[in-house]
Amino acid sequence: MVKILTGNDLRTGAVIWWTGRDWSLHVADAGDVGDHGDVIAATENAARRVVGAYVIDAVQDAEGLRPAHIKDRIRALGPTVRLDLSLKPADPAAGDWVI
Amino acid sequence: MAEVQLRLRDDEPVEDPAVTVDSFAAQTNANAVRIEPGDDARDLLPVLDRLKLVEVNFPAFTDGRGLSAARILREAGYAGELRAVGDVLVDQIAAMRRCGFDSFAPDVALDPEDARAALERWPQVYQAAADARAPIWKLRHG
Amino acid sequence: MYRYDPYDTAMVAARVAEFRDQTRRRLEGHLSEEQFRPLRLMNGLYLQLHAYMLRVAVPYGTLNSTQLRKLADIAERYDRGYGHFTTRQNIQYNWIRLEEAPDILAELASVEMHAIQTSGNCIRNISADQYAGAAGDELVDPRPYAELLRQWSSFHPEFTALPRKFKIAVIAAETDRAAMRLHDIGIRIVRNPAGELGCAVYVGGGMGRTPMIAPLIREFVPLDQIVTYCEACLRVYNRHGRRDNKFKARIKILVHELGAAEYTAQVEAEFAHLLTLGIEPPRAELERIKAHFPEPALDAGGEDGDPDRGDPDFALWLDTNTAPHKVKGHAIATISLKPVGGIPGDASAEQMRVIAELARRYSQDELRVTHAQNIVLPHVRKADLAAIWQALDAAGLGTANLDGIGDIIACPGLDYCSLANARSIPVAQRISEALSPRSAEIGELKLKISGCINACGHHHAGHIGILGVDRKGVENYQLLLGGSEGADCSLGQITGPGFDEDGIVAAVEKATALYLSRREAGERFLDTYRRIGMAPFKEALYG
Ligand code: SF4
Repeated sequence: MVKILTGNDLRTGAVIWWTGRDWSLHVADAGDVGDHGDVIAATENAARRVVGAYVIDAVQDAEGLRPAHIKDRIRALGPTVRLDLSLKPADPAAGDWVI
Repeated sequence: MAEVQLRLRDDEPVEDPAVTVDSFAAQTNANAVRIEPGDDARDLLPVLDRLKLVEVNFPAFTDGRGLSAARILREAGYAGELRAVGDVLVDQIAAMRRCGFDSFAPDVALDPEDARAALERWPQVYQAAADARAPIWKLRHG
Repeated sequence: MYRYDPYDTAMVAARVAEFRDQTRRRLEGHLSEEQFRPLRLMNGLYLQLHAYMLRVAVPYGTLNSTQLRKLADIAERYDRGYGHFTTRQNIQYNWIRLEEAPDILAELASVEMHAIQTSGNCIRNISADQYAGAAGDELVDPRPYAELLRQWSSFHPEFTALPRKFKIAVIAAETDRAAMRLHDIGIRIVRNPAGELGCAVYVGGGMGRTPMIAPLIREFVPLDQIVTYCEACLRVYNRHGRRDNKFKARIKILVHELGAAEYTAQVEAEFAHLLTLGIEPPRAELERIKAHFPEPALDAGGEDGDPDRGDPDFALWLDTNTAPHKVKGHAIATISLKPVGGIPGDASAEQMRVIAELARRYSQDELRVTHAQNIVLPHVRKADLAAIWQALDAAGLGTANLDGIGDIIACPGLDYCSLANARSIPVAQRISEALSPRSAEIGELKLKISGCINACGHHHAGHIGILGVDRKGVENYQLLLGGSEGADCSLGQITGPGFDEDGIVAAVEKATALYLSRREAGERFLDTYRRIGMAPFKEALYG
């Protein structure tokens, strides 16, 4: 289990993940924040690069990083009922990953 | 106590310390009172003529009970200073003004430019409240 | 329908300017998120799972074609080509950028629309009967009263930080099509024995965690005192509603804890006081608003016969999706936004344009959004129904399932909503696919799904209700039976332990099968449930 940091881009609202240096749209890029998540979140919130940043648990498995809670897996992918608008529009089975 | 940052009346400010609603009736020499969110503003109606300053505390900007308290006092004819104190944000002062507040002592000072813009924001108003502004329905029908 | 005068235009313009300024201050760092949040919410802007979401007000559900076309344009230009019609007769966009939100509000203002008070702890958009002005069973058109209250509640200075959100519905018909008694204030326009119009006022209904049906607190408020009466109801609530616990802050809890009699006594005292202040708009203002809602200019002299029923698909649509109009030769047509297996309430920009054009051509340029997430063409000639249906069918909007098993209400759920516990839409899609083929046989069956206890999907009021819960991180669904929102308002009862996604679809199939095997002539699902009770359903589900 690793700790990763996520939130939404203040200007666009897009779901973003903390890579260790910057924010990425892809959960796969997220980096383990260890115990520093809250400090980074506070700094990044204050710098207005993110809104509502929070730390979550994630598991590193064969396919990459998998957030522990379904809500964050749906955030990582996009709406399961509109995969065409998700981050994996070409993969009809992408929705299986969230369950 | 936070400073009065904005005062929209010309009489001399009252500097007396405000006492609680509960103790005001007994303290016959007091002329300033402080209303907390749970207080009943109507408890003050029998002693209104003694009052020169009413502070209404907003411990959290999300708690709008003080807005009703202010209007109730104005509706009863209170004409002294009505001061909003506490977590008073610039985006609320226009509504507070309409409820009868005429001075503001926010915990965190307001940007004067933003405060001026906020008070001038609304060209008209839709409903009657404690200020003198004529509602739009009155303008429509004279 | 109501049109803005220069005062209304100026007020909405001021609101756009205010929000532009607030957004600028947020982006420049003068406002914290904590401070900005209530401000953006008062303009309908949420932060949801994937982006910001903007909820646009459709006052009492009424739109014209120009407005719907603008909503389509906004969907394309600022969102991802679609919108979601909600159970409060509004529309939501799911992919909004904060930096563009003020521009969207300006676009809305250009067609006399706004997002004012579509969220936040204030008086929300006022809802009304979607058949207003067209139904044969109404006393008067309720919308002028809703508009009067819309203006009164807009930027009301005393009620900008209520304990919780506040929803008002206005109806004037015998049949309650707006779930009026499940609102914070429900108003029914009535006539007193002297023949005068007035309002029967119900206070303290709602869904959510603690669903309640609003008690009647006053049988008759004269029409020229209704604003004052509402002000009294709100003031008592603002002063005494609970603020210590978010889940007990709605007015229904205050009314329940005080008791309806005590709450009413407090309102009456406040009302008597407020009456002395002259805060009520004059009768002339109501008359001015009423003039915007004239009787529709329909020709009552035409043919009254049904259109040619040669095409069985059209005949089915005619039977399910049209209702009698008060003017001979006309009908009220409901466009289902529930295609089989589709996403309830979603419409693409293209579909919105098709609907707008039909409204312009065939329905006096008027449309209604319903709380069941469908769209109504309120004033159509029967002779035009075939052409309307063909155009709808070509756009994927011709589904004939109004009030049937496929006409499912579903909230956005965990696919979009940050408060959700479970997804609603996939469950709706699977039930729709599984049971739509038997829709005609099943008849009226209102199925409603919420993704969490907030009950935006009105699950308590469904003949069958489904509530998504989180069971140790896994989506789980509770089943409720026996709710209804109409005149026979009742709250659904939970059947027992919840189900997983496959299980809930199977459970709905079982409940429906039991109904089909036990129903007596003419009984709807709800009637059979009320007659035979919960026990046989439990047996079928868990036995
Ligand atoms: S019921 Fe819950 S999940 Fe559904 S839209 Fe409302 S808050 Fe979101």
